[in-house]
Amino acid sequence: MSADHDILHPTLTFSHGIHPGEYKELTEHCRIERMPFVEEYILPLSQHLGAPNKPLVQVGSKVKRGQKIADPGGFVSVALHSPVDGTVKAIGLAENPGGQMVQSIFIKADSFSTQQLSPSVPKSYEDMDIREFISSVQDAGIVGLGGAAFPAHVKFSIPEGKTCRYIMLNGCECEPFLTSDHRTMVEFPDEVIDGTRILQHFLKAEKIFIGIEANKPDAVKILTEKAKTSGLPIEVVPLVVKYPQGAEKMMITAILGKEVPTGKLPVDVETLVTNVSSIAAISQWFRKGQPLIERVVTVTGTAIKRPANVLVPIGTSMRHVVEWCGGITSPSLGNTRILLGGPMMGMVQKSLDTPVVKGTSGILVLTSNEVKDLSQYNCIRCSRCLDACPMHLNPSLLGMLAKKGIWEEMEENHVLDCFECGCCSYVCPSGIPLVQSFRVGKSIIREQKAKQKDKKN
Amino acid sequence: MTTEIITAVVILTALGLLFATILAIAYKKLKVEEDPRIDIVEEMLPKANCGACGSPGCRAFAEMVVNKTINPGKCTVSSPDAVERIAQYMGIEASHEEKVVARLLCAGGKNEAHNMADYRGGLKTCRGEAMVAGGPKQCSWGCLGLADCEKVCDFDAIHMNANGLPVVDIDKCIACGDCVEICPKQLFVLMPVGQKLIVQCKSLLEGKAAENLCSVACTACGKCVADAAPGLIEIRNNLATIQYEWNVLASPQAIKRCPTDAIVWLENAKQFETKENTELPIGKVESVLDLGNVYYQ
Repeated sequence: MSADHDILHPTLTFSHGIHPGEYKELTEHCRIERMPFVEEYILPLSQHLGAPNKPLVQVGSKVKRGQKIADPGGFVSVALHSPVDGTVKAIGLAENPGGQMVQSIFIKADSFSTQQLSPSVPKSYEDMDIREFISSVQDAGIVGLGGAAFPAHVKFSIPEGKTCRYIMLNGCECEPFLTSDHRTMVEFPDEVIDGTRILQHFLKAEKIFIGIEANKPDAVKILTEKAKTSGLPIEVVPLVVKYPQGAEKMMITAILGKEVPTGKLPVDVETLVTNVSSIAAISQWFRKGQPLIERVVTVTGTAIKRPANVLVPIGTSMRHVVEWCGGITSPSLGNTRILLGGPMMGMVQKSLDTPVVKGTSGILVLTSNEVKDLSQYNCIRCSRCLDACPMHLNPSLLGMLAKKGIWEEMEENHVLDCFECGCCSYVCPSGIPLVQSFRVGKSIIREQKAKQKDKKN
Repeated sequence: MTTEIITAVVILTALGLLFATILAIAYKKLKVEEDPRIDIVEEMLPKANCGACGSPGCRAFAEMVVNKTINPGKCTVSSPDAVERIAQYMGIEASHEEKVVARLLCAGGKNEAHNMADYRGGLKTCRGEAMVAGGPKQCSWGCLGLADCEKVCDFDAIHMNANGLPVVDIDKCIACGDCVEICPKQLFVLMPVGQKLIVQCKSLLEGKAAENLCSVACTACGKCVADAAPGLIEIRNNLATIQYEWNVLASPQAIKRCPTDAIVWLENAKQFETKENTELPIGKVESVLDLGNVYYQ
């Protein structure tokens, strides 16, 4: 952790992991452009991890851009705001990117409106105590914008008896193709630093790290400069380009050399990790009164005519976003694979009719040429998955257990530590769907645990 | 040399006699009297060790029967004759538990509910498929048809039919609940066979929206509510819901006007066509009727 990092030759990283093709050149130099407003917006009532929202509007209500339209449904939940001036057309079921039908608010945009933000400016953060700050962040609807959409305020509430010595801003963006965080850092460095200042005002960490993979030298440079003049204890740390460098546990290992114990959270090693874009969103909320109503989405992939980084209002249907980027080169949708997020951890989509939600970091459309349907063979025990697994698990063994449905033994072998990065499936020469079966195993183990808990109560 | 051998033999014999005496005394003093009837009752049970009665295996159940803490009728796997024999042996009145079986709350097979995408993932299980955008089916509540339930069934009671739906063999099903647990769409429920009126749909959409996704979806039109005994059926969340506490009032009258055949009356307790390799004509439900399907009456 020397003060002067060599941007081009960083040494800090974690052990294991893989290096898939980056494909970031498609969009890494494209300036963020604003998506024009469309006619209709679909806002699912659970875009974050945790309890679904409680709607505050009825069918026919007029809403303003930035107005709160749904309350959080609990502590692990955030508010939802209207991305446009318009009218609530319906509240009903719509398909979310996960493939479930969920309650959603349909808003018809007012075509004659100027779409000015009606800011709900909170009081100055300097007059707040930590509790007010946390409920204010919850009210702003801010979630982790990296992809998991975990409510930001839950992360910021440091539990009793624990301390936060380090804040880490995650600007790794290790997923191939995605460049939304990269462009946010390059184009909105002041917001990133300002958001950090607000957070630091409450958490008073000893040190703030901004971890950026070395394939974004422009972001490293600009943030290093801004950090110098900020007066905050910020250190910009270039990291080795490796997947999954952007996973919070991997980043902590890379920067601090510490390992987060199994089943524990970063706060147990006195660290808080948060995405750079979420930090920029905090600045926008406290300075401009703009809640989380839009986000940067990388629209990319070889099947997209004009790959771009687009600032999209939450709730815009993916079809409109893709059309704004020139549409799809492939003659029919049937020959493409649509992913929300990157190719490693992104969610495959059935159609383009699902809306962009708070966790959508990218829309990736690949042509059939790039998508390989692997044939499956038996495990040859080459142990490449063991060398790839960043959590040092044994995917080969877990895969065999999953195939036989021995869930208890999978749990004993720490499958719940797997964060589904997909390295094992990527390297497997036999084409075994390893991470896919772990996801199944994890869901079954969690169901069984919940059932046992019910029985005890 | 010989003395050594003799010494060893003598010592070992003495030790053997000593332990034999201890064992003989222990056998007399510490003997646990086990009711011989437990063995006999256990002999009369099916020995499937399925756990459907709630006790851990047939031996435990036999103990409970002998202690009169459970009625032999609680064993749903035994035939009524076997239950009667156990009851006679124990000199008690057998209760007659109604047989409970697993029912699938979806009738949308390949021919009724269409796919909107191709699932080409490596994991050919329903659970794996459900992880990817909820599966390729247009209806996000429907059966995925990759036979997780067939694989998990220890009693060979579930088989997929040509339409891609699991058919429960009600003679073999012992309501262990494994299929209920594995189904990613929670489509299985355990139901007494006496509940003949069933809504085979879980779609929460209404009217055309539901019918567009699946030709046998419940459209929440409310005709069954009007035709059935008052209070028997309710529309909840756009889905006809049967109040089984009023099951005595149920009659086939309720299904007559259903426009999509989402509600059914299982006269001979079977769900779906069980014939193997029946090529069902693609398209409408009416054509399924022509095959003499007992189910869509």
